[in-house]
Amino acid sequence: MVSRTTDDYQRMAEAGCVAITEPAFWAGYDRSSAQGFYDYFRLLTGFEPKRAAQYGIEHYTWICMNPKEAEDLALARDVIEIIPEFLDEDNVLGVGEIGLNKNTRNELTILEEQIALAAEHEQLILVHTPHLEDKRKGTRITIDAIKRNGKIDPGRVLIDHVEEHTVGMVLDEGFWAGMTLYPNSKCTVQRAVDIIETYGNERLWVNSAGDWGHSDPMTVPRTGIELKRRGHGPELFDKISFRNPLTFLGQCAKFKVRDA
Amino acid sequence: MGSPSYTCPMTREEVINQYFLEHRAKMIDIAAFLDRVERARPAGTGDDYRLLAMVEALGILTDGAGKRAERVLDALSDPSLDPIAAAPGKGAAGAYAGKSGTEPKS
Repeated sequence: MVSRTTDDYQRMAEAGCVAITEPAFWAGYDRSSAQGFYDYFRLLTGFEPKRAAQYGIEHYTWICMNPKEAEDLALARDVIEIIPEFLDEDNVLGVGEIGLNKNTRNELTILEEQIALAAEHEQLILVHTPHLEDKRKGTRITIDAIKRNGKIDPGRVLIDHVEEHTVGMVLDEGFWAGMTLYPNSKCTVQRAVDIIETYGNERLWVNSAGDWGHSDPMTVPRTGIELKRRGHGPELFDKISFRNPLTFLGQCAKFKVRDA
Repeated sequence: MGSPSYTCPMTREEVINQYFLEHRAKMIDIAAFLDRVERARPAGTGDDYRLLAMVEALGILTDGAGKRAERVLDALSDPSLDPIAAAPGKGAAGAYAGKSGTEPKS
């Protein structure tokens, strides 16, 4: 939420949001040194939880070297070195969102090194998959990289940004699948409900993009409206927006949100 | 009309009543976009690969074979499996440049 104003926290609170998990990601520009990432991680673990708390929202985060800045191997490895310092912070749930952006060799190298880091520190993993024409290939490469590591339980990995052509391969391999919703450019509310109707509601959940581009945290409550419009009962929205995240995130002892 | 697995609680008529006008408008948007492209002066020597990919994918909508969204996404995807040597940039274009046509100048 570092890219959003407090108006979004207000709207989310009014819509019933009790907690968010914010991945470490690209800031809209390339940072020039590992110190820039260090300061960003301090923001995610220090100031942002306080900002969310003003609206009654618990703030959790993920720490990593994001794929959009992973092309510079030396910088990426400098950043990976400082990650363990943040993994014990109260609101850090694991390593993420790691993954690929343009499916390059260097991105894959840094992804593999962060998978190993997560395994070494027994962390949950949040995976970003590439967008548009790069998504199917990047999702396949990512799944293969995690399996190749050999120490990662797929039930402790959420692969995010799934769409119709990738959700099947993610669920079939035993991973959790996240549908990140956008107003129009990527997975929309209507398509997310289509995917739920097609693939079921096990190990699948919805979340909203809330970044520098055109995005809107209200896409999650709008999913509830869409489900209701189609005649689904309220328990389905409860499961894919609350209970499934609770089950996955609850694997981290630091995640304090519990079923009411 | 595709799969006999009825996982949407609405009847077919209810789905059409609810969504037809919205998607009618989107279809006309695509038609108007294609007209707009034709009215614009060509900047390169060949057809843009994104436009070719879109026109090819439009055929999926009417072939009656089901799983249209998945197949449209597949048709617009990079089919290779090996990582590339270096990133040409950070963004994605929406269609795979390697299939045919010419890449846009950027």
